[in-house]
Amino acid sequence: MMYKTWWKILAAVLVVYATVWGFLSSAPELPIIRESIRNLYFHVPMWFGMIVLFSISVFYSVKYLGSNNPDHDLRAVECINVGVVFGMLGIITGAIWARFTWGQAWSFDVKQNFAAIALLLYFAYLVLRNAIDEEQKRAKISAIYNIFAFPIMVVLLFVLPRLSDSLHPGNGGNPGFNAYDLDSRMRMVFYPACIGWILIGYWIFTLKYRVRILEKNNL
Amino acid sequence: MQLFRQVKHLVKKEILLEWRSKYALNGVLLYVVSTVFVCFLSFVSTNPVTWNALFWIIMLFASINAVSKGFLQESRGRQLYIYTLASPLALIISKTVYNVLLMAVLTLIALGFYILVFSYVPQDLGLYVVATLLGSLSFSIIFTMVSAIAAKAGNGGMLMAILSFPVIIPVIILLIKLTKNAIDGLDRSVSLDEIGLLLVINVLVSAVTLLLFPYLWRD
Repeated sequence: MMYKTWWKILAAVLVVYATVWGFLSSAPELPIIRESIRNLYFHVPMWFGMIVLFSISVFYSVKYLGSNNPDHDLRAVECINVGVVFGMLGIITGAIWARFTWGQAWSFDVKQNFAAIALLLYFAYLVLRNAIDEEQKRAKISAIYNIFAFPIMVVLLFVLPRLSDSLHPGNGGNPGFNAYDLDSRMRMVFYPACIGWILIGYWIFTLKYRVRILEKNNL
Repeated sequence: MQLFRQVKHLVKKEILLEWRSKYALNGVLLYVVSTVFVCFLSFVSTNPVTWNALFWIIMLFASINAVSKGFLQESRGRQLYIYTLASPLALIISKTVYNVLLMAVLTLIALGFYILVFSYVPQDLGLYVVATLLGSLSFSIIFTMVSAIAAKAGNGGMLMAILSFPVIIPVIILLIKLTKNAIDGLDRSVSLDEIGLLLVINVLVSAVTLLLFPYLWRD
């Protein structure tokens, strides 16, 4: 699967289509949010990509604990490396969006804060890895921390914002985006964008992983 | 039955050791008293919101100190001895129970001292005490697991702080909200959401801890 090309071409085509058509197509005319609603095609796929990558990472961490195969550990860490980049891009696109709709780039919205903290969880994972020298020990302990951190991240990003007042669509009493996308025009760009960006994230992960395997075999 | 007996004996051993030297108890108590005193000198009198936030900051650092002593001060030889005697589940349960008891005692004493020094009593003292006990429970459970991970990683104190900070933030936010309700004297039914969520987080973290600690313990 990793070495096939069809899904990589599909990913590239989907992302190019989503980006170009996202800007060219007409967007629903809503007050305040207006044209910046196009950010939906970038901001949300970034987060979906991050969640998918972190889920894959947890999957490989669990597998590592059972198998002690170092390849599984390499997959877990490279997934997190790419996922963290997607997360940072998600926060940056969110901040840009917030500047136009909510007034400031960092509006101290609940979901913004929790998203930053969730990212801190995974930065702590990377610091943990750096702190241990011995390979097997590093792999085992970081796998354990990864499995520990994942449910906490899920709680932070999905459970807690729903409980408090938030400016975010979908949380704190605001309608979700279904209320904005009244005639389903946006879905035609949104769904391909999500799939495309997730596949791109997976592609980057496979490349990084393959580089790591080559480095390991060349030692 | 075997597990329960092992847990009982290990908890008894921890309490006995602690009672003989009173090292952790006195150390953390001194830390809390000094911190409260410094805060009192700086602030003299505060508004309730600041009072509350300050209390939780003090409790957070006191908890990290108290719980990290648990794993970090145990010598290699003794750890190996216990490894041969008891199951890892018994060990982590006993450490968690001991930390919960320790933190409950420390929290109540700290709260009493805090109220005395600042001569301010929250409007709903009963709910406040319940909230602080829930908080100490959550801190103990989370920090026990994180200190186990940090102890295995070898670098001890600093790693413990880095790993625990992102994980503890959702708990702190819930606790501050809960205690703020207690300070304002709101009706208790308003806070049921937060209490429920705190319990859910505790159960989640405990479950993950019980699943993961046996892997961590295998050296």
